[in-house]
Amino acid sequence: MAELVIYGIVLGSIISLGAIGLTLVYGIIRFANFAHGDFLTAGAYSALFMATVVLSWIGIPDSNFGSLSFGWRMAIAFPFSMAAVGCVAIVLDRVLYRKLRQKGSGPVLFAMSSLGAAFIIRMIIFILWGADSLFYKPGMLRPALELPLGIKIRPDQILMLLVVLFLITTLHFFLQKTKMGKAMRATADNMELALISGIDTERIITWTWGIGGALAAAGGILYGIDVQLHPHMGWNFLIPLFAATILGTIGNMYGALIGGLTIGIAQQVSTAFLLPTYKPAVAFIIMILILLIRPEGIFGGSSR
Amino acid sequence: MIILKAEDITAGYTEVDILHDVHIRVRSGEIVSVIGPNGAGKSTLLKTIFGILKPRNGNVTLKDEDITGLKPDRIVRKGISYVPQVDNVFPSLTIQENLEMGAFIRDDDYSQRLDEVYDLFPILRERSKQKVGQLSGGQRQMVAMGRALMLDPQVLLLDEPSAGLAPVLVSMIFEKIKEVNATGVAMIIVEQNAREALKMAHHGYVLAMGKNVLDDKGEAVLANEEIARLYLGG
Amino acid sequence: MEIWGIIAYLVSFAIMAGIYAVFCLGLNIQWGYTGLFNIGIAGFFCIGAYASAMITTPKPTGLYAHYVRQIFGLNLPFIIGLLGAAVICGIVAFLIGIPTLRLGEDYLAISTIGIAETFRLIFNNEHWLANGPRGLMGLPQPFQDLVDPKHYNYIYLIIILIIVVIVYLSIEKAIRSPWGRVLRAIREDEVSAAMSGKDIFHFKMQSLIFGAMIMGIGGALYAHYTKAISPDVFTPLYGTFIIWVMLMAGGSGNNKGAVLGAYVIWLIWIGTKFMTDLLPYTLKARAPYIRFLLIGILLEIILIYRPRGLLGEEKKVSKLVD
Repeated sequence: MAELVIYGIVLGSIISLGAIGLTLVYGIIRFANFAHGDFLTAGAYSALFMATVVLSWIGIPDSNFGSLSFGWRMAIAFPFSMAAVGCVAIVLDRVLYRKLRQKGSGPVLFAMSSLGAAFIIRMIIFILWGADSLFYKPGMLRPALELPLGIKIRPDQILMLLVVLFLITTLHFFLQKTKMGKAMRATADNMELALISGIDTERIITWTWGIGGALAAAGGILYGIDVQLHPHMGWNFLIPLFAATILGTIGNMYGALIGGLTIGIAQQVSTAFLLPTYKPAVAFIIMILILLIRPEGIFGGSSR
Repeated sequence: MIILKAEDITAGYTEVDILHDVHIRVRSGEIVSVIGPNGAGKSTLLKTIFGILKPRNGNVTLKDEDITGLKPDRIVRKGISYVPQVDNVFPSLTIQENLEMGAFIRDDDYSQRLDEVYDLFPILRERSKQKVGQLSGGQRQMVAMGRALMLDPQVLLLDEPSAGLAPVLVSMIFEKIKEVNATGVAMIIVEQNAREALKMAHHGYVLAMGKNVLDDKGEAVLANEEIARLYLGG
Repeated sequence: MEIWGIIAYLVSFAIMAGIYAVFCLGLNIQWGYTGLFNIGIAGFFCIGAYASAMITTPKPTGLYAHYVRQIFGLNLPFIIGLLGAAVICGIVAFLIGIPTLRLGEDYLAISTIGIAETFRLIFNNEHWLANGPRGLMGLPQPFQDLVDPKHYNYIYLIIILIIVVIVYLSIEKAIRSPWGRVLRAIREDEVSAAMSGKDIFHFKMQSLIFGAMIMGIGGALYAHYTKAISPDVFTPLYGTFIIWVMLMAGGSGNNKGAVLGAYVIWLIWIGTKFMTDLLPYTLKARAPYIRFLLIGILLEIILIYRPRGLLGEEKKVSKLVD
């Protein structure tokens, strides 16, 4: 059981990355982004592309860091992939959602458009990489470390937790201490007042998409490192992402973190008595329960 | 000297117009109060001046510049600030952060201005790190005004500043408004509390059914018997 | 190419498009008339198909039961299968609606995705239910003894067209009734509709159930056309997304648009097959993805440049800002 919880925390931290991005987009732009799962997929595959094609072309060696399953290639590909998917998210906004905003379209059209974008991204990945599962490092043995208290965890996974912690801490500082971060929080509170104060809300929206996309990409890459890559990987995360976001209260970054960890642990623990393929269903049941019992989430109910 | 004027304003949110050929003039450093019954279009007038609403007809002029139809983010750069009636603060941000957001478009060092605003509202300085959502109604209203003042506007538009406040806070807010005005900021105040609003006004406008009914010096409007009967009963 | 070959091809085209037209009509009730954002059509598709399949086939016995497992088998006629599918989908819609209809549009949408996925997972993994991933085969077709199997599709086409017309007329009648007017009021402005004293929840529930029942019929029609179903048929792409594209293309809020959209988009879908048939061999395997990519792009173009579709009404947008 302890192992399930540990792995649940690892999985949950991946969900958190996506959920934080989703909650930012949902909270600031009021947009239920159905393409968010596919941002994860896009991140994973873009890192694959960079690590295997681009960086080998440049001549970076394909070695590993110690007992980790990746080396310099992934270390370089990681941030670039985050940036790439951040750009993809911004481009989607410019090409699709901004036009809908200008026309004053209702929220359902945005959601529908993001659903279309989700399929478009997924189809592109299917076209470029096919339907088989892929690995960053095929055939690698990944032994687990034995830590005190009988905890078994892979070195990869320890690093993943550190990466997630780093990203979340960076985001925290960004939102709390920088002018743009504060403006994003202000816009999430009250977009009309932000406009009245002269804040350029289009720029805020651009930043939100960039950060949301980049975080989702990071989650996808980590999942790819830990498990595998598959064109459906992100879509399978969509329900857990929304469940985590809603559980943690929409717009609340720390709630998304807690929500992600909770969903991750719940999903893993459920494999003790359910088939692993039912994990998305577990997340879904939790989401329905939250919506019935406390739809405003853990931190909700205050000054909205 | 007339600093802001709106002439022949016809405007509305949908096909139905709320304002019909409305005019208003503000002299520099003046308090202009706009009173009238509910639905008269007072808030709509402010929104039209500030660019939230585009008038179907008429124009708005700041000093000599035509600012009709400009969007709020441009208007705020010209020197007009607006305090909405509701949802006029960022609740999850601290007092300090709310004020910082007021100064968002400034690239320079505005710490002196921040001090000046805190001087106007000392209680905000004490609690600057508190989240605004936790403050009382009167304190929130002060934050709302403080945010709008961070850009040192020439004209401040206030939409029902005393709305929802307990009577003792109402006088406090009106005192604050006078203090702010004393620093040289012209103001247009839309108010339900017509008597108080006219008492401190240099000039008063009465709006009803989207049209000008009367405008005169503040005390003249206050003394007008018919106005008193129709609109100052409460 | 032989003329009968072309005609046969057109007949199968018309049948599939007709099946999708039924789905579009069902979705139109939920979305077009009531504003319910149902992204879980695949779930009703799945349940309708399986329900009819199991109603119309006998429960496997003896040796056969080792290969095929299904939870029940009633061996009843096709028409009962259709009606049974509708009823079961209606009940499922009712159960789904209880927790989800009070939520906002976005939450309803996410919930419907989850429900559809959950159904697919259950049908795929619980072999005792309907034979798991292998699905059910050998489904009967109405009047199949009347003609040569080669010519059977003509009969099925007639059945489809009759059902499309019946469904279309029933919906048109319902929409013109006072009930239908309330639905449209809810879609336009839920707050005002609520204030006029109508119980919004009940109307939404009725709309959800009505639409779901029609989708169930669509699922049943599909099952008896293809004679074999399995969980991987009811994917988000084939079972939900394409139907949305059809309705948006044809014009949501308009029943003629729903039917037209089904035929037009299915035509485009078949058209993309001809396009990808021209692809070099190496890309052939990617053909379905390229085709869906084009459909996805088409949806985006529709949403941005012509959200009302071919026949839909111009929605009035009340603009607060200039």
